[in-house]
Amino acid sequence: MKLAATLAVPISILPLGVLEQTSRMLFNRLLKQHPGLFERLGEHRTKSFAFIPNELPIVFIVRPSDNSILTRRKGQISHPVDASVEGPLFMLLALLEGRSDADALFFSRDLNVTGDMEAVLAMRNALDDFAIDLPRDLAPLAGPFAPLFLRFGERFRRHALAKEGQEWN
Amino acid sequence: MELICPAGTPAAFREAVDAGADAVYCGFRDETNARNFPGLNFSREELREAVGYARSRGTQTFVALNTFMRAGDEEIWYRAAADAVALGVDALILADFGLMAHVAEIYPAQRLHVSVQASASNVDAINFLVEAFNAKRVVLPRTLTIADIARIAPKIRCEIEVFVFGGLCVMAEGRCSLSSYATGLSPNMNGVCSPASHVHYRKEADALVSELGDYTINRFSSGEAAGYPTLCKGRFDVGDTRGYAFEDPVSLDVMGELDALTAAGVCALKIEGRQRGKAYVSEVVKTLKEALSANPQRRAALLSRLKGLSEGQKTTSGAYNKRWR
Amino acid sequence: MPNTHSPSLTMGPVYYLWDGPKWRDFHFRVADEAAFDRVVIGETVCSKRQHFIEPHLAEVVERLEAAGKTVILSTMALVTLERESRQIRDLIEGSDHLIEANDLSALGLLNGKPHAVGPLVNVYNAPTARLLHSRGAGRICLPPELPFASVRRIAADGPDVAFEVFAFGRIPLAISARCAHARSKGKIKDNCLFVCGEEPDGLPVRTLDGQSFLVLNGVQTVSHTCQTLLGELADLTACGITSFRLSPQDCDMVAIAALYRSVLDGALAPDEAIERLRHIYPAAPLSNGFHHAKVGAAWVTRARDTANSAAL
Repeated sequence: MKLAATLAVPISILPLGVLEQTSRMLFNRLLKQHPGLFERLGEHRTKSFAFIPNELPIVFIVRPSDNSILTRRKGQISHPVDASVEGPLFMLLALLEGRSDADALFFSRDLNVTGDMEAVLAMRNALDDFAIDLPRDLAPLAGPFAPLFLRFGERFRRHALAKEGQEWN
Repeated sequence: MELICPAGTPAAFREAVDAGADAVYCGFRDETNARNFPGLNFSREELREAVGYARSRGTQTFVALNTFMRAGDEEIWYRAAADAVALGVDALILADFGLMAHVAEIYPAQRLHVSVQASASNVDAINFLVEAFNAKRVVLPRTLTIADIARIAPKIRCEIEVFVFGGLCVMAEGRCSLSSYATGLSPNMNGVCSPASHVHYRKEADALVSELGDYTINRFSSGEAAGYPTLCKGRFDVGDTRGYAFEDPVSLDVMGELDALTAAGVCALKIEGRQRGKAYVSEVVKTLKEALSANPQRRAALLSRLKGLSEGQKTTSGAYNKRWR
Repeated sequence: MPNTHSPSLTMGPVYYLWDGPKWRDFHFRVADEAAFDRVVIGETVCSKRQHFIEPHLAEVVERLEAAGKTVILSTMALVTLERESRQIRDLIEGSDHLIEANDLSALGLLNGKPHAVGPLVNVYNAPTARLLHSRGAGRICLPPELPFASVRRIAADGPDVAFEVFAFGRIPLAISARCAHARSKGKIKDNCLFVCGEEPDGLPVRTLDGQSFLVLNGVQTVSHTCQTLLGELADLTACGITSFRLSPQDCDMVAIAALYRSVLDGALAPDEAIERLRHIYPAAPLSNGFHHAKVGAAWVTRARDTANSAAL
């Protein structure tokens, strides 16, 4: 995970406010692209989910019911979450895109799931039904630099997934 | 040889069709099917779209209504059958005699398949279902050897479908109350086995402990491949022996026996895994489809690619091989 | 349909492997002393065990019938081999006793003949019961997993058959082509040397944290707990259940039958019966969770004042 490590250093020194703003912008963009994203959660919509990238000092907390995402430093979570998924950043992103099979990742223990398993399962299934493609979905945010962003993003992902042995195509 | 593929979401359904499935099976988002998991399955509208998508590409759609009707609430199952028939699905996969009788009477033209959950494990049982309900196909329990299948095939008057890849029930399907004994929820009544709502993972020093309800199902030392705490795949103490009392956390793979299954009279191969993601479905379907037409050497190479996707990352040929018993 | 007669007691088949003489003597004593109205006999779990009881079948049937008990012959729960299919066909063709079907092949072969349906057949609703009744089923023992709400509904909507409920014994939970019992002793099913006979009341399965959980009986898995419906008999009788099945464990089944008889006859309070039962069969904790739509292993005690409220 060389790439993740090189990314982790600058992220860890960024002010939390900047991180929070960025992640919220990306999150809102995703919701705009995929409006029915959380519909499949059913009764689990009201729960809170923590996504914890191993290599970063931060945690993302998602509350589907109010379409919110919070960014916190590890160890600074004020409210307990209902469920959390912990793993290498690129696996969490691959999971988001449905590119990796969550069961396979979990069986190999690359992902660590704690808390409300049913909610996590519902979230996994909800995400899996959407063709999320991060470079494509987020590229418009880069404005005139969108094509560049898209190319860079795709290359970045290809490289990361190949490193993890998760590239199948 | 037909390849019958699972879909838990519309996205997985499209992946399965695109990957070359001959038929895709799925269920409604309720207790009428045995994969009644959170966030999974199809609304009526989603099924309508799926059937259309499949049909335009020459793929069939099967709908599983393979739980047992709750007394007094039979209408839920009857309505599911009515809606599936109206949407033009190619077959209903049923387990409950009461529901089979209803479908055979009200929709005599609808193709009826016997679910593995019905536990039709021998010639007399299968012929009973063919005579009583005009069943066109039986999905055989994963309790039979290939020799058993070869013996059964010429004596029955319906098609044979068998599971070849994916999760493996150790117990005779549709006849297991282990899950409800520990959690109150069962495959037969609720469409769930070892439900996620009752699963907990607990960290204990370096180990990961999995629990189902009040019971410890397994303890994994660090680095050891973990499994979902399905009851019959847990580690237990029996006498002085500690280990997987019923079955190791492995999944089924009998694609290596493809030629023997064909010779035995099997007409359709079923992939388990409606609860798995679309990435899994796509990869497995594509690979198995390719394997069906490949020569044996090439087939072995193709199949070895799928190992990493399996539970515990190990596979077994299960009861298809007599030694398993 | 309300009962005018007091419910009857059925002894289920012995699920465990007991050696021939033990099995014979047990049934002799049941014939001579126990308050059962009918007794189901015959190997139900594993066809390999058949020869242990075969030499004693005739004398046991004779003794039970001489004592005025109805004898029902049980069929195998899981039939996969040609030899097993043949046994069932022969049994159905050759016997003038009532036969209890425990799998689909027996149900198919018994079509049109009066027969009984055992607790290992999936009868979850009235339409299924009606279908079985139309094919000749006159007695149906409902699956132990059924909650009371379903039992009541089936009895109300179902056909005119004698419905029975599994009221005593470790609960048959699963059956497999694979023998976990033999496997735990380093054997496989085809070469098992009948090691399941070493545990006449089953082989305990404990969790890694030492919790008693399940019990192995050859290819069958049963509960560690003993399903005990005593406080529930009145409700069950009121909704139309006409007989109760007591499944033999390695304990004094004559005393167990007497307890149930006394409670059904109003001669003994359920709470008192429960206390006595714990002494007669101390090997297993009691459970009634399935009946109360809870975890099967749970024990629900009824609050004394509110007959219908159940609390864990």
